[in-house]
Amino acid sequence: MTAPFGRRLCKVSESRASGGYRLFSLIDPEGHEPQPGQFYMLATESHWEQSGRRPYLPRALSVAETGPAAAGVRLDFLIEGIGPGTDRLCELEPGEGVWVNGPLGNSFSMPRELAPGAAGAILVGGGIGVAPLALLRRSFVARNIATRVLLGFRDAAHSGGLDELFSCCEIKLASDDGHVGHHGYVTDLLATMLDGDDAASAAVYACGPPQMLEAVGAMCTEAGAACELAMESPMACGYGACFGCAVPKAGGGYLRLCVDGPVVRPDQVEAAHA
Amino acid sequence: MPDFCGIELAHPVINASGTFDAIAARRVYGDALPANFPFSAFVSKTITPEPRAGNEPQRIWETPAGMINSIGLPNKGLEGFLAEDLPQLAELPVPLIVSVMATGHDEFARLVKGVGEREEVAAIELNVSCPNVHSGLIVGEQPSETEALVEALRPLTEKPLIVKLTPNVANPADVAVAAEEGGADAVSLINTLKASAIDPATGKPGIAAGHGGLSGPAVRPVAVAQVRAVAAVVTIPIVGMGGIASGADAVEFLHAGALLVAVGTENFRDPRAGSRVAGEIAGALRAGQSSAQIGNAA
Repeated sequence: MTAPFGRRLCKVSESRASGGYRLFSLIDPEGHEPQPGQFYMLATESHWEQSGRRPYLPRALSVAETGPAAAGVRLDFLIEGIGPGTDRLCELEPGEGVWVNGPLGNSFSMPRELAPGAAGAILVGGGIGVAPLALLRRSFVARNIATRVLLGFRDAAHSGGLDELFSCCEIKLASDDGHVGHHGYVTDLLATMLDGDDAASAAVYACGPPQMLEAVGAMCTEAGAACELAMESPMACGYGACFGCAVPKAGGGYLRLCVDGPVVRPDQVEAAHA
Repeated sequence: MPDFCGIELAHPVINASGTFDAIAARRVYGDALPANFPFSAFVSKTITPEPRAGNEPQRIWETPAGMINSIGLPNKGLEGFLAEDLPQLAELPVPLIVSVMATGHDEFARLVKGVGEREEVAAIELNVSCPNVHSGLIVGEQPSETEALVEALRPLTEKPLIVKLTPNVANPADVAVAAEEGGADAVSLINTLKASAIDPATGKPGIAAGHGGLSGPAVRPVAVAQVRAVAAVVTIPIVGMGGIASGADAVEFLHAGALLVAVGTENFRDPRAGSRVAGEIAGALRAGQSSAQIGNAA
């Protein structure tokens, strides 16, 4: 299903703290429900390009949850303020307007589409990268696909959104500072699983910082586990126009992450960039 | 209904080359794209003789009221374009202008002949100004080089030739005059302004190539000044562009002497910006004190 052509103004229905992050909800009056992994280009109606200041370009955000609303489709986004655009989105209050373009990009595959023997799924999230895995988890649970979740966080201030997003699911945590779960990387948890029977029987889905994605991709390749990574890249347009979100392709050339991704298999991209 | 070099257009707003991929957008938005096509003519991304992968990331960097890009002209090359892209672009409901770039006269000639003989193509834009590719600066910076190139290409096709001017010269009007004397049917300006930004976190340029081209509202006053200067010295039509995000912005360029305007970076923020700007132009003209001539152009 294609996205409605053009951006549209959506109202913020809710905005609140969620762990160390912010979670806001928009009501999209036009678009259909997004698939897990898809993203939207977002810019606030006010105080965006105000007096020629940044932020100027819309920001790409993966959708964390969605569902029907009275006046359209509810879209939940988990966000961390790391610059002028995300800072502004963190300030959103109910009733404010947000320009929305999407849903854009491809989506995660089902485990059996990735490997015939993959009956279950292992979801690996790092930091704010937990967002698209929430919607993916719900989609798998609805299909009775056994789903386990591994989440890693840097510290207490960069953690959370968990209760709402990952309730009723087998979940294991890791943190760089040891404030919660395993004291170390989330990839340590994945390594333990892949050492067991899981490499053949589960597909791995990951979203998080580039180093984490690269490690997950390499581990899965070595273990022979099917894997998909939701990647991130600087992006001006989200619909293939700007060619800014180039990611080196395995074998040469580049992918446009917005239209060829954001979900890729490790063997599609050059290892140093996965 | 502007008449641009004999091509009748529904309105005066087209796209800047390299700022809208109609084939990708068709995949994303489906039939709603051709049904509501934002531009009165479509300008392709620049085609080079051989395929190019484009530049190493990071390719874009946000700035106040704009962005710097160094994309590096990724494209399928002439053969790939003709075989794969042209049939899809020919399905668009508007005339097609193909942007081409090469490093020398012979290669440019190959492009102009190859593209010019296809009936799906309404006009050809000569990219002599893209600052991302080293060789691109050479011709477009020199009036004599520009005139010689256009003179060499002019006999090769009956299609209108549009010369895209670089703003990175002391006097773009001199280059515009040279383009007209060489036989150009129109000029388009401005291309991006050479620019750089340093990432404060690393102390290194934000763009992997070190520098790129600045676009967006930040460049608009520069573009308006250059369009005015060029309009004062050429008789051929002008396509004005640089930071146009609204009808009021477009009207500045029409007043400055442009027959058509092109929307570029604003497409990234609003995929339907072309239609929006076109719709706003009449109102913006009424709001101002428009002359009869400007009214006709709109």
